[in-house]
Amino acid sequence: MSIRVATDQSTEGLATAHSEWIGVCSLDDLAPERGAAALVGGVQLALFRTFDDSVYAVQQRDPFSGAFVMSRGIVGTRGAAPTVASPMYKQVFDLRTGECLDAVGKEPVPLAVWPVEVRGGVVFVARPEVGT
Amino acid sequence: MPSVADMLQEQSPQHLVVVGGGMVARRLIDALRARDEAGQWSVTLLCEEPRAPYDRVALTSYFTGRHPEDLALGGQDIWDDPLVTLKRGVKADSIDRAARTVTTNGGAVLPYDALVLATGSYAAVPPVPGKDLRGAFVYRTIDDVADLRAWVEKRRDELDRPVRGAVVGGGLLGLEAAGALRALEVETTVVEFAQRLMPLQVDDGGGAALKRLIESLGVSVRASTATSRIVGDRGVVSKMEFSEGEPLDVDVVIFAVGVRPRDELARDCGLDVGERGGVVVDDACATTDPAIWAIGEVANIGGRCLGLVAPGYTMAEIVADRLLGGGGTFPGADLSTKLKLLGVDVASFGDAFAEEPGGLEVVISDPVAGVYKKLVMSDDARTLRGGILVGDATAYAALRPMVGRELGGDPAAYLLGPDTAGSAPGLDLPEDATVCSCNNVTAGEIRCSVTEGGCTDLAGVKACTKAGTSCGSCLPLVKKLVTTELEKSGVEVSSALCEHFDLSRAQLFDVVRVQGLTTFSEIIATHGRGRGCDICKPVIGSILASLGTGHILEGERASLQDTNDHVMANLQKDGSYSVVPRIPGGEITPEGLIAIGEVAKEFGLYTKITGGQRIDLFGARIDQLPAVWKRLVDNGFESGHAYGKSLRTVKSCVGSTWCRYGVQDSVGLAIALELRYRGLRSPHKLKLGVSGCARECAEARGKDVGVIATDNGWNLYVGGNGGFTPRHAQLLAEDLDTDTLVRTIDRFLMYYVRTADRLQRTAAWVEDHEGGLDAIRAVVLEDSLGIAADLDAAVAVHVDSYEDEWAAVLSDPEKLRRFGSFVNAPDVADDSFGYVAERGQPRPATPEERAGGVLIAGTTLEVRR
Repeated sequence: MSIRVATDQSTEGLATAHSEWIGVCSLDDLAPERGAAALVGGVQLALFRTFDDSVYAVQQRDPFSGAFVMSRGIVGTRGAAPTVASPMYKQVFDLRTGECLDAVGKEPVPLAVWPVEVRGGVVFVARPEVGT
Repeated sequence: MPSVADMLQEQSPQHLVVVGGGMVARRLIDALRARDEAGQWSVTLLCEEPRAPYDRVALTSYFTGRHPEDLALGGQDIWDDPLVTLKRGVKADSIDRAARTVTTNGGAVLPYDALVLATGSYAAVPPVPGKDLRGAFVYRTIDDVADLRAWVEKRRDELDRPVRGAVVGGGLLGLEAAGALRALEVETTVVEFAQRLMPLQVDDGGGAALKRLIESLGVSVRASTATSRIVGDRGVVSKMEFSEGEPLDVDVVIFAVGVRPRDELARDCGLDVGERGGVVVDDACATTDPAIWAIGEVANIGGRCLGLVAPGYTMAEIVADRLLGGGGTFPGADLSTKLKLLGVDVASFGDAFAEEPGGLEVVISDPVAGVYKKLVMSDDARTLRGGILVGDATAYAALRPMVGRELGGDPAAYLLGPDTAGSAPGLDLPEDATVCSCNNVTAGEIRCSVTEGGCTDLAGVKACTKAGTSCGSCLPLVKKLVTTELEKSGVEVSSALCEHFDLSRAQLFDVVRVQGLTTFSEIIATHGRGRGCDICKPVIGSILASLGTGHILEGERASLQDTNDHVMANLQKDGSYSVVPRIPGGEITPEGLIAIGEVAKEFGLYTKITGGQRIDLFGARIDQLPAVWKRLVDNGFESGHAYGKSLRTVKSCVGSTWCRYGVQDSVGLAIALELRYRGLRSPHKLKLGVSGCARECAEARGKDVGVIATDNGWNLYVGGNGGFTPRHAQLLAEDLDTDTLVRTIDRFLMYYVRTADRLQRTAAWVEDHEGGLDAIRAVVLEDSLGIAADLDAAVAVHVDSYEDEWAAVLSDPEKLRRFGSFVNAPDVADDSFGYVAERGQPRPATPEERAGGVLIAGTTLEVRR
């Protein structure tokens, strides 16, 4: 089953501590240990589903190249941290915090991250502020 | 007892001013800051150039695509050190020795406790008429080379024909400059006053070999020639006239006749200078004023100025030592040189000209192979005194440290080839033999960094000892020393793939193959830890693919692939992809060409012919890829695997079917080979080439596997590549019939696929393979390991299981679903792209163009929906 939720529409009845949660897709839409691009409130995000079925959301724009490609990076681990490596110049980021763990000789730049919750097989992301 | 205030006073640093921002100044500051743990000295560096010290020795690499920033020396964090002040674009105007101050061109007055002059040299310009015309250059700074390039490009546009240039001076610098002109595609002539090239480094025999090698590269050489005048046309250089011989039409002239020390600051403040210039210093690098030191090219030490960086570095180390109370002295300069000029190896070391009486010369001169090698031995032929190597200087790293020592073997054995040089008899370096002459590092220091310094790899030893960090010519020897020492101390040299696997790629390959593992989860659960990374995942994806176990996007395997393999196209800088259909052997029908053109037109793609004789289509969004493939597949094309670490192309010349000179059907063989190995995943990309005759129009010797037709069959070459470190392929076997040829290539490729390291191309693999090419030849031709049948079977599996990866995805809705733009809006196009038109095609807009709003279109406007 696949749920599509309109990109600009918040899902009623799901507001929690976060001002606004937006249903984005079903967990099944995300391949394990791979990323997918999502358009949420006009902002491009990269969603990642890790081996343990956790889902993380970070900015889709790769800060080192400026291209919107983060979802296409290789997902892995570094110690205990779930990571993604930029497909462009291979900088490695912690998916939980966005921290740049390996800047490949450049000045580290972190990724913006968004809270994600998976409820009833649906992936919800806290509404991002426009401009990211 | 001193008061607290006095103690603080004592601890506040003294001030060092360094005048001149070259390589030697940088070395001084590095050395001082590394050793001055108590912070006794603060340093101000005055750089006349608008940039921090950079690698002047590597200046010519600016023309092969390196940016000025890439020439930066070492880490840039030294300039953030609070005790170091870098002043760019500031020149010292005068020194007041009584007041101990330096006045800058901006009028600032800087007090000093110690002053170091490291002002280097001017490029000398001979007093020939016309030397100041536009189009005449020197070759010294980044600005010089940038101006030179701009001039050549301007003239090319204006003249609409190849630019012609000349270099005055055929020494080391002149040949560097000639290399730069050649890189700019200038028709180049080198004019040398002496009777041979590089008169200071090589003898007549070496000079003759060098001339032949350089002329074979298309650079003309005029030796024994004095330039009498440069003739201008409207203020621009147009012709050179010589004391003898025909004049030469030129559009650009570079003077590279030598350097002159920049000693005028010293002269003006009354320090002693040498007869032919240079600030006179003693063997501690101190001038006649004990507060002033001079180092590098400006220093006149032992009665001469030294134009090499290695002695300059030694002087910098001595001054750093002296400033901290040490007693270092200059041990005399090692003027050994090894260079690659215009791609030609030249080395000169020790008593190269046999000036010491009683020397014996051992000479090997082979004009056909383009090498000249000479060793100068003591009169009993035991002790090495010096040597000259032209055309092949691989023996240099091993020989130079042996100067003054017994070689312990037949001297000729050292000259006979690269294979014997490293392993020549009795070459066990003494502790005090200098291995890295740039940084004056001995074999003992390198061994010690491993045994006592705790270094466990080459990178660590380089960081710790600085060995091999300047010119790099000694690195093979350093690596050998480090490996030997590690093995001796029982340390296993780590070949672990990454933090998740302790195995090397070759070991992993064997484990996966023998145990029949087919998934990443199984492999990492049994042989690794964690969940992998961008290093080990693609390696395992590649191993599984090499073993012919199904589509690269099947199930969990999709998560292992780098984005290129994952979407079967090549990621470009803006996040779009390029698509390359296979064109086997570079042969294509008119219908095929039209079909590709129509696809490009329909999707608004930029098209370019690749180096591998096919056509690359750029600028497709990820969601457009299946539609692009569909059109191509419908027209009979398939994936060209341009994205994979796999076979790319088999390049061919037109061969005997059309060519007047061809002796075999190179196109037919190239197509057969490309269809045989298409899709074969390997440790790195693989390129093949087939030439139909010895003229070698397919450039097969620049390929991993190169085949050249002979009257009797095919010659097979292996281990060539272009790229960052170009290599010529070496002959593996001669005059093979087609079946034997194919079987030999099968085995070579599969053996490489199984045993090479990650991202190791065939050239490095052959070099690292124990026993080198001979051992590989024994494996593939004589089955010395008894694995030939196994390798043959593996290739047969590959050939039988091949399928077009694009077509397979197009017929699988589950895989196709991954090509949506957004998981929650698969039909909304990504609007982050912007293009402008250039020469009638789209290209990604620059940030400035995007900000300025001059886009012709995002891709959404141009493409089919």
